[in-house]
Amino acid sequence: MIINHPLLGPRDAAEFVYKGDASLINRPDWQADDAAELFHEYLYLRDNPAGEHRELWYHEQGDRSWLIVTRNTLTHDISKVEFARDVALAERSKK
Amino acid sequence: MNQINRIDGGLINRSNKLNFNFNGQSLEGYEGDTLASALLANGHRMVGRSFKYHRPRGIFSAGSEEPNALVQLRTGAYQEPNTRATVTELFHGLEATSQNHRGSLKYDLMAVNDLFSSFLSAGFYYKTFMWPKAFWEKFYEPVIRAAAGLGRLSGEDDPDIYDKGFLHCDVLVVGAGAAGLSAALSAGRAGARVIVMDEDFCMGGRLNVETLSVDDKSGSEWATQALAELSAMGNVRLMTRTTAYGAYDHGIVGALERVTDHLISSEKKPRQILWRVYTKRTILCAGATERPIAFGNNDRPGVMLAGAVRAYVNRWGALPGKRVAVFTNNDDGWRTATDLAAKGVEITAVIDSRDGQPPVDVPKGAAIVMGGRIVDTKGRHGIRSFTLSNGQQIPADCLAVSGGWSPNVQLTCHQRGRPTWREDIAAFVPGGELPQGMSVAGAASGNLSLSSVLLNGHDIGNSVVSDLGFTPSKVKSSSSEEETTGISAFWHVRESKVRAWLDLQNDVTVKDVKLSHQEGFRSVEHLKRYTTLGMATDQGKTANIPALAVMAECTGKSLPETGTTIFRPPYTPVAIGALAGRARGKDFRPSRLSPSHSWAEEQGAVFVEADMWYRAQWFPRTGETHWRQSVDREVTQTRASVGVCDVTTLGKIDVQGRDAAEFLNKVYANAFAKLPVGKVRYGIMLREDGIMMDDGTSARFAENHFVMTTTTANAVSVFRHMEFCRQCLWPEMDVHLISSTEQYAQFAVAGPNARKLLQKVVDSDHDISNEAFPFMACGEITICGGVPARLFRISFSGELAYEIAVPTRYGDSLVRTLMAAGEEFDVTPYGTESLGVMRIEKGHAAGNELNGQTTARDLGMGRMVSKKKDSIGNTLSERDGLNLENGLSLVGFRPVNRSEELKAGSHFITKGNTANMANDEGWMSSVAFSPNLGHSIGLGFIKRGSERMGEVVLATDPIRGGEMDVEIVSAHFIDPEGERLRG
Repeated sequence: MIINHPLLGPRDAAEFVYKGDASLINRPDWQADDAAELFHEYLYLRDNPAGEHRELWYHEQGDRSWLIVTRNTLTHDISKVEFARDVALAERSKK
Repeated sequence: MNQINRIDGGLINRSNKLNFNFNGQSLEGYEGDTLASALLANGHRMVGRSFKYHRPRGIFSAGSEEPNALVQLRTGAYQEPNTRATVTELFHGLEATSQNHRGSLKYDLMAVNDLFSSFLSAGFYYKTFMWPKAFWEKFYEPVIRAAAGLGRLSGEDDPDIYDKGFLHCDVLVVGAGAAGLSAALSAGRAGARVIVMDEDFCMGGRLNVETLSVDDKSGSEWATQALAELSAMGNVRLMTRTTAYGAYDHGIVGALERVTDHLISSEKKPRQILWRVYTKRTILCAGATERPIAFGNNDRPGVMLAGAVRAYVNRWGALPGKRVAVFTNNDDGWRTATDLAAKGVEITAVIDSRDGQPPVDVPKGAAIVMGGRIVDTKGRHGIRSFTLSNGQQIPADCLAVSGGWSPNVQLTCHQRGRPTWREDIAAFVPGGELPQGMSVAGAASGNLSLSSVLLNGHDIGNSVVSDLGFTPSKVKSSSSEEETTGISAFWHVRESKVRAWLDLQNDVTVKDVKLSHQEGFRSVEHLKRYTTLGMATDQGKTANIPALAVMAECTGKSLPETGTTIFRPPYTPVAIGALAGRARGKDFRPSRLSPSHSWAEEQGAVFVEADMWYRAQWFPRTGETHWRQSVDREVTQTRASVGVCDVTTLGKIDVQGRDAAEFLNKVYANAFAKLPVGKVRYGIMLREDGIMMDDGTSARFAENHFVMTTTTANAVSVFRHMEFCRQCLWPEMDVHLISSTEQYAQFAVAGPNARKLLQKVVDSDHDISNEAFPFMACGEITICGGVPARLFRISFSGELAYEIAVPTRYGDSLVRTLMAAGEEFDVTPYGTESLGVMRIEKGHAAGNELNGQTTARDLGMGRMVSKKKDSIGNTLSERDGLNLENGLSLVGFRPVNRSEELKAGSHFITKGNTANMANDEGWMSSVAFSPNLGHSIGLGFIKRGSERMGEVVLATDPIRGGEMDVEIVSAHFIDPEGERLRG
């Protein structure tokens, strides 16, 4: 596969390390009343879609950026690549 | 007599005679021959024995689709089994032997299998070797294994080198036949960066084997001219002997180049190169493969594909037989008769399964049978005659068969595209979604006449480059005479009463397909697995479609409804050596050497691999014959005076930024925010699920600057985790990370004389007395008159100890300086074994204890996990399951009988209980011989361990055998109060 890095352009997937569902960037509040429940869901309950999937990739053999790659798990089509940090910051500003 | 079947003409260089050897027989061929053409020229029809029935087999095709002519090539360690003679380029000194026979090729002892063929039908193994069950492992399997398989491996290491490479282009053209060359000319003339690959050593494809002309030149002349134009273009790269074997995600194509396979010796050059091609567009011009018709005893040597027969005559001047007959269901098959007749070869008959009139002029003297059926053939080691359904016998020593042509759609299906059926050509053509960027041209797309192939290649080449933004050239397409390509699907002769082969390589007959249908295997994928149809080196290139047609007939479905099995890479076999490339043996992965490596080598150190690092394990001295002697001495000497150990391999992460302290506070489970500048703290890192991830220290050199250490094994994963935390979890923090593992050489200096030794090298303006530089202090200093260094007062050994770090370039010099300065204290270098002994004596956890199953609580550090702050893993570490009352805890163990040796991995059982899984209470994680205590000691996890001091339990080791009584003791065997490290 080829991942189109926002800064570095098209790079072979072999340069990256895969982590998993992009929802891992939404870590729950440790002080919530149901924090244990929330962390359990955060860590263990993930969607496993046959189709479009937002997922975390780490450019370990490159610039060390964490990316959110929107990939179709059936076709491997990649429709979007974003810096995870940008997405995380944008979500903060929404809250 | 040599080359008895060589005739005039062809693309061989008769001035370069090549000697080769087949089954011990010395033979001659010419430059430009394949092994197959040379064998045919020498009159060798029989070249091997079949897989299951050991039937005599001959050369069947003239290309990579060959199912039969598999030979063992070369000798000794270079021996390669299952090499297709049809694509093996002849070279001087080539040695080949036939495969799959006991005794000589002609009189194979295993041929007896053929007499028992009625017992060896589809699913034979599944049905026969079911009982008695105990027979399987001891009897059936060894016998089957001895009989199975074709060639034999040398059993030696592969002495060749293989390489890997990367290629980039605008347009990749796969296949350099009429379509490929036309497409490449279009793309090249427009200025695109083009790569053209062809599996053959001579580009041109069918242009080199057919008598059709292009632009009033012979096909091969036109190809030569096109290749000359292409090779003159700076933007075009031509790669012969290169097979594009797979189409992968996002337009990436895998290719194998056979660099030296056509030479007697690779002379240290890479034998093959595995290319990964990054291309914007691919034009697949892989051509088509002819398929046979199944009829009785159609597997005899001399029964060949019609296109192959004329290929041997036209391209190689090699005659597959003196009296040739043709059996065809299409117009193209007739071409073999007319081509050979034009060369003066006797054509005994042309049998066309279709009714009506012959499509071309009838060769003189040939019997013409329209609507004919061949039901049987005769001839022990090769065909002598065949029988028609009306009983008529016709002599022939070569029977050229054509069941029509199947486009080579394989690469179009590697991303799960499914081919579609075209009734008019009775073949599957590329269908569904093609791999990204792929277009198909020529015969591969179902254009089966040369004129349409040329035009199609030209047009697709132009449209692909204009898509890419190039201006196509105005040059017109080359053209060729019109030819007839009529076909009427005909797959097998029903009137045949004897076995009719579909898959020659796997000995699958029409009867086997019918049987497997009868037994309920209705899907093509099941059919394939039950009968082994289409497996092995040829992947059923000639066999699949006829077999599917027979299956379709059984089920009453149409061929498109029946479908094909899924095509997967590789298109033709790829040696494992090529996939491995240079990553084998010690080059399997990089080796990391610490800055003191050369020095340690000089000292005669024994090294151990720790992740990619090579670390000194111990340093044997003269007279020491056992590693324990060296380790005991290193430990004793260190604890008595001072020792030096390279700890460079531990991960070092530089953490800087306004929020650096708060960041560490969140990644470590224990508190870090208030660590004063100039101090080091031990930290534990949890995974988010509450399990221990890693431990280490962090030193605060400035308000906004920390230096963290990780374990050697987790250096990469901890850094990755921290980058995840920084970028994804807390993006608003001002914190920056960089790995400095390789930028600093670091040494532990441990023992009562550690300070005295260091004072000799540390510049005198830095006070490292106990008062000025107490336990857990850190600082940036200079040594040896101005060399920058970092000093940490930390201790893994439990002794008064420091770790000193210098920029890597000073590492070698520093270890030599320390050893020289320590001479007066009888300093010793120590390795990872002594490091392990001392940390076990001290009760420090390491990798064996942080095994991904244990928690901070298990390790006796539960109270370090702060409840007052948010940090990774703290919330879930409070889960009930991780806080059970009878949970594990890390304690020390010693054998009741002190002379016994503890074993890591043994399990603990309460005395009196039976040693079984239900009574298992924990395990021994680390053991060592303590030279200070004079007996074996261990660390381990046992339920409620901290409450059980003094209890004797059973340590059992069911895997290696043995059990012993052990006593639970404190994990701190040495200096439990920690007086030494504070001294």
